[in-house]
This record gives sequence, structure tokens and C-alpha cells, in this order.
Amino acid sequence: MTTASVPLPAWINYGLIPLLNLVLAFFFSGLVVWAIGESPFEALQLLLIGALGRGEGIGFTLFYTTSFIFTGLSVAVAIHAGLFNIGSEGQAYLGGLGAALVALAMDRYVPWYVTMPFAVIGAALFGAACAAIPAWLQAKRGSHIVITTIMFNFIVSSLMNYMLVRVLIVPGKMAPETRTFLPGGQLPKLDWLIAMFGGKIGAAPLNFSFLIALIMCFLVWVLIWRTKLGYEMRTLGISPTAASYAGIRYSKIVMITMLISGGLAGMMALNPVMGASARLQIEFVGGAGFVGIAVSLMGRNHPAGIILAALLFGILYQGGAELSFDMPGITRDMIVVIQGMVILFAGALEYMLRPSIVRLYQQLTGK
Amino acid sequence: MDYFDIFISILGSAVRLSIPLLFTALAGLFSERAGIFDIGLEGKMLASAFAAACVAYWTGNAWFGLLGGISVSIVFSFVHGFASITNRGNQIVSGVALNFVAAGLTIVLGQAWFRQGGRTGQVPPEGRFSSIVLPGADMMRDVPIIGPLYANVISGNNVLTYIAFLMVPISWWVLYRTRFGLRLRAVGENPGAVDTAGISVAWMRYRSLIVAGFLCGFAGTYLSIAQSAAFINNMSAGKGYIALAALIFAKWKPVPVMLACLLFGFLDAFANFMQGKSLPLIGEVPVQIFQALPYILTCVLLAGFIGTARPPKAGGVPYTKER
Repeated sequence: MTTASVPLPAWINYGLIPLLNLVLAFFFSGLVVWAIGESPFEALQLLLIGALGRGEGIGFTLFYTTSFIFTGLSVAVAIHAGLFNIGSEGQAYLGGLGAALVALAMDRYVPWYVTMPFAVIGAALFGAACAAIPAWLQAKRGSHIVITTIMFNFIVSSLMNYMLVRVLIVPGKMAPETRTFLPGGQLPKLDWLIAMFGGKIGAAPLNFSFLIALIMCFLVWVLIWRTKLGYEMRTLGISPTAASYAGIRYSKIVMITMLISGGLAGMMALNPVMGASARLQIEFVGGAGFVGIAVSLMGRNHPAGIILAALLFGILYQGGAELSFDMPGITRDMIVVIQGMVILFAGALEYMLRPSIVRLYQQLTGK
Repeated sequence: MDYFDIFISILGSAVRLSIPLLFTALAGLFSERAGIFDIGLEGKMLASAFAAACVAYWTGNAWFGLLGGISVSIVFSFVHGFASITNRGNQIVSGVALNFVAAGLTIVLGQAWFRQGGRTGQVPPEGRFSSIVLPGADMMRDVPIIGPLYANVISGNNVLTYIAFLMVPISWWVLYRTRFGLRLRAVGENPGAVDTAGISVAWMRYRSLIVAGFLCGFAGTYLSIAQSAAFINNMSAGKGYIALAALIFAKWKPVPVMLACLLFGFLDAFANFMQGKSLPLIGEVPVQIFQALPYILTCVLLAGFIGTARPPKAGGVPYTKER
């Protein structure tokens, strides 16, 4: 008998299996560390201390977490409607342009809390614009959304390259970036949040967009599980034929879902652009869009899970950076390997352990 | 230099730039026609470039380097197969994962072994594929039109270039004129029918991935020990995705794949040539337009404005035998 249809209790499905997959991913990453002649246990210890040991480390960890929450939500919203948005990377990149234009236009005249709502809207609009064409191509012309969103990652990359090198660059400067925003175009640091737990934020760029990310998690939860639109999205995701039978318009839902997904990805730009560097820089997304895929998968497309998974990847990013200082044999790119392993085991191989666990469960419960 | 010479030099560089695309797109052709999406082409190319450079550096033999590149690429194919065929995982997620693993591992291992910031050591000349001057190239050079074309575009390439163009008719023959090819295409269109005929869908798909890994190994090897003399960080630089675009642009057919790769290679060469130059009337054209053009063209094609691109029907869907 096939094991695929045997129901398992939630704690196994959402707790034990992801945990075991994670352990496997870390085991294979540890093998890599061991193979290059370093101690995996020492590496893990340094990684955890680097990420969570001091207030500044926690600040950096939460800074990365913020970016991953946005991109994770972006991927998750699309997945609920059965769409694989692999273009969060490009959408976040273009979102940065939206946020930067708002900041450049307003920072001279108003304080940050006036700029912020406009920047959120600007980033979301530009991110959504980047998702709009692939969404339209999927909805009306039947082009595969995975392919078109990949293509758009590269189109946006070229466009932003042009904008930064030719248009937005400060005249006379070499670096392809905008001018530094004045305080009216920056998001304030969350030093009080770290101070509440008795730490010091130091140089960590944890900023207000962390709170925006948490609000977005709540809004996404409301959208997906508490609104008619969310119900229609999930219906489409589970069974397109049932959705069509129920009178749900395919092209409308695809468009709306992708615009929301692109908007969430675009908002990610607030964190690095307005929160950390206070300017728009080339390639500032740095793979966070792709990490969003892993975050969404690990978090089972639920906002609560996404926060936890984003935190995990935040720890990996910050801890990995510290690790490369402490262990010269390991470069920062070890994080990329670990990410790949996590995506592989928690994502692509998520069903690998299920049959054996089902058998074990059946033996133990005597069914 | 007159316009014809410029054209010839761009054409020569277009051919050289299109070779890794051609190998990779043909690799994608085999896996996608068998119903396996392969976003991981980029990672396979990168990993095999690294492996080829390492082996060629250690052994000083280009052919061993090629063997190393192919082996690593096939290992990646097996992981992709294990995830997406055996465990019925999501093929796109698996491809993304492999891209990450390749991008990270090549730098981590490169740094651990060579300590040059992710570069491998300089591969000695005998460990590289150097250019071959075809017979009569120098004699032909003075013949108008055909001469420069023969001497600069057709002659003077390395052996992998000729293998790449040879792979096109071979791929066509394998896909359309052999039993293996018929079954491979059938598995991508209607795996249920293939299963009913008593042929293992999983094994067919694994074999198509091995072929894909084999071809992708050539692409990586070309990058690191034919086009240059060492592995450099992230040297595939999105070529795997351009190859994917070329594959779609060519509507999953071997000969159009070659033409699409040459077109995209030409765009790349033309962008390099246009850097900092200005056209009459239009003025300076931003190079970014040429960089984005392959992707824009592919999207326009996918939108159904240039004919219709119909992907293999069962592409991306894991096959479940028992219902």
C-alpha cells in the first residue's frame, strides 16, 4: 500500500519532518566543513555565538530576518494560489527603486514617519509592477510563470544596472549608487528593542522595517485564511478545476495574487535601502529573493512558520559572517552551501523521509 | 578597419560566446523533453567548470579535466533525479537548491584548496584546450569574403567548439531517429503511455538527466579550461539561465537551439563591441539593452507573439505510478 495518503498528526508533519530534514541538511553541510579540515562542531558553536551571543549579533540576525520575512511571504502568497514566483529577487530589486525615488524626493522636506508610508507604497508598487507582466502572461497567454519570472530577474537586473550607472549615480562619483538619504529618508534603528533585553545594538542595522515585516505577516494571515479573496486563492491553488466550477475567475486571481506577491517582495527593499545603507546600491538584494523560496518552504507557507524560518536563515547569515572571521579556512560562502542544503532537504527532498516515518508511526500506534 | 572586418571579428567572438550556451541548452533539451525542468543548469555548469579546472590543474591534462567536469555534472544530475524522480520533489526547488550548492561549494572548496579567494590555480597550457588552426587557414586569408570568414570564424577555435556543433545533429538524430529518443520524448509528453508499454518512466528520466549532465559538463569545461585558464568565482554568471531562455526560444528543438544560442551569443558579442561606442542618429546605446535582450525576446516569444512555444506536456510533473 502506498504511504503517500496516510494522514499523520500535525506535530509530525509540521514539526518532526521539517526538523529531521534540517538535521540532514546540517549533517551534509558539516561534512563539507569536515572535508576542508575544520571541526563542524566548533563551526556550529561559533556560528551560534556569532548570531545570538551579543546584542549587536542579534541586531544583525534580525536585520537579515526582516528581509527574509518579506521575500518568504512573497513566495508563500503566490504558492497558495498554485503559482511559483521565483522572481522575488527581481521584484525586490525594482522595489528598491520605488523606495529610493520616494526617499530622494521627500527626505529634504519631511521627517521619516511622513516619508515611510509613501516609501512602503512606492516599494510595493514597483515590486508589483515587476510581477505584473509575468502575471499577465500567465493569466492571459498561458506562459509558464516560473520561466517568465526568471527572465524578469535578469531584465530588472539590467534595468537597475542602467539606472544606477547612468541615471541615479552622483555626478563625479565612481560607485554606482544614489546619494545618501537625509534622516528624513531613513528608517530609525530599533535600538530600544535590543535594549529591552539588556543588549546594545552597536552597528547593527536592525530598523523599523522589522516591525513592518511583522505587520505584513499578520495581514497575510488575515488575507489567506480570513478573507474571501484568500479563500479563492487557496481554492485555485488546490484545484484549478474546482475553482473554475465555483465561478472563481482564474485570470483575476492570478493577477491579484502576483501583484500582492510582487508588492511584498518589493517592500523587502525598505530594509537594506532605507534602513541600513540609506542609499540605493547595485545588487543590494544579494540573493534574499531566492532565500525567500527556502523560507516559504520551511515555514510551510504559513506566516508563523515563515517568521521562524526567516529567523533560522537570519542566524545562518549573521553567524556565517562571524564564522568566516573566526575560522579563516571557511569563507562566507559556506552560508550559501548550507542554504542550498536546506533548500534541497527541506524543499526538494521533503517527502524522502515520509514513507519510513509513516511505517514507523503505524508500527508504534499499532494501526 | 572596414565594416566587414569588424563584422567578422564580432562573428568570431559570437561563436566563442555561444558555445557554453549551446552545450547547456542541448543539456536542457534532453532533460526537458523527458519532462524534467532543469533550473539547475547554471549550477551544473559552474560545478563542472570548477571540477575541470581542478583536475586539469592537478593532472596537466585537458581531457582529464573534461572527464572531471562531466563526472561532477552527472553527479549533480543524479541528485536532481533523486529529488525529482525518485522522491517526486518539486523540480524547480531542486534546481534552485543545486544552484545554491554549486555556487557555495565551488568557492568554499576553491578557497580551501587554492587559497586565492575562490580562484583555482592557473592551469598550464597543456591542461587547456587551445585553438586549432584548420588546414589552409593562412592560405585562405587573402581570398575576399570567404577567406576571413574561414580563417577567423571557422578556423582557430578549440576542439570543444567543433564538438558543440557536432552535438547538434547528433542530438537531433538521437531524439528523432532512435528508439531511445522516441521513448524520451514520449516520457515528456505522456509518461502514462510509456509506462503502459512496459518501459520504466523513472529509468528513462534518469537516463535523460545523465545525458544532460554529460553535455553540461562540456559547457563548464569550456568556460574554465578552453575560454580561460582558471576557474573564477561565479564564472557561469547567469549563462545557464540564458541557455534556458535559448532552449525555450528555440521551442525545444535541436537545430533552432543552435540558432538561438548563436543569436544570443551574437547579442553578447555585439554588446561587448558597442561598449562606449555611439551609433549614427541614435547615439550611444546602453549595453544593458543588449544584456536584457535575450530575456525580453524569450518573454515576447512566450507571450505567443512569435508563433507559439509549446513545452513538453508532462514537464515539471512528477510521475506517480500507482493511483
